[in-house]
Amino acid sequence: MENNHLNGSDHGGHGHDDGHIAEAHHPSYGINVLVWIGLLSLTAITVAVAGINLGSLALTVALMIALVKSMFVINFFMHLKFDNKVFKIFLGICMVTFAVVMILTFFDLTFRF
Amino acid sequence: MSYNTDTQEIQETIIHRDDFGSKMGMWLFLFTEILLFGGLFILYAGYRYIYSDGFAAAATELDVLLGTINTIILLTSSLTVVLAIVALQKNNKDLSLFFLWITQACGLIFMINKYFEWGAKFHHGIYPKGPALQNMSEGEAMYFGLYFVMTGLHGLHILVGMGFIGYVMYKIKKDVITATNFQKLENSGLYWHLVDIIWIFLFPLFYLIH
Repeated sequence: MENNHLNGSDHGGHGHDDGHIAEAHHPSYGINVLVWIGLLSLTAITVAVAGINLGSLALTVALMIALVKSMFVINFFMHLKFDNKVFKIFLGICMVTFAVVMILTFFDLTFRF
Repeated sequence: MSYNTDTQEIQETIIHRDDFGSKMGMWLFLFTEILLFGGLFILYAGYRYIYSDGFAAAATELDVLLGTINTIILLTSSLTVVLAIVALQKNNKDLSLFFLWITQACGLIFMINKYFEWGAKFHHGIYPKGPALQNMSEGEAMYFGLYFVMTGLHGLHILVGMGFIGYVMYKIKKDVITATNFQKLENSGLYWHLVDIIWIFLFPLFYLIH
């Protein structure tokens, strides 16, 4: 899925362009509309589930649905699925950093009070 | 020592463009945004853990229907941004601008809903140092503190996103952003989608507590 190769043929003129010119990866309306329908369905599910008393599970279920929704947005709307691997690694590092700080905070909270 | 006319000519005709670098810069910026909101989410998690009853009581004050409508509006606006990118890539400039106008309209409706939502809270005396807030429990006051900061910062991002997309629309109109040069549109889309993702988490955390 390398879309970012040098392709300066119609830019710059002299072939000296060392930048990476973005190219479209088979642009299609359909897949994005499908993802949107999926996102709306998940929104309906999360609202419906909130009406049921799940006790301590409610927060976990709500967060899982939110996580699935954001994965759809990231992979399809933000094109991460079709993009260079380096962006996936970046996102992974960012998420791990966030998780580490969250876990350390809860170590403090649960043992202090 | 000095350039001869030939190299000068070459230097003038080279247009440096690095879409990959541009996209990487945008993603790096988005990660700082994630960590900015991430800090607030950690704060939220910590206080919800301590004041779970207060949070549940305070959340009943929010209108789930309005929150759901705003969620649908933002998801739709995200769709139209990505459709605008597809349209431009297919060389359909007018359709691309049309989709971006829908995004702008969605952003505006979202903010109008927020105005009425916050307005109702203010009317009931729920605002920093407001009469109703001072009679609430610590947990409820903490919930509303986080509610105003997080949805407020999010709303600010919606406004910035609308400005960014407005700028991109102007550049599309002027044929600066085109079917072969669309990275700025893509970057404005990335920003808008991130703001959408933050709302995807804010919605269940503030509106759907029982």
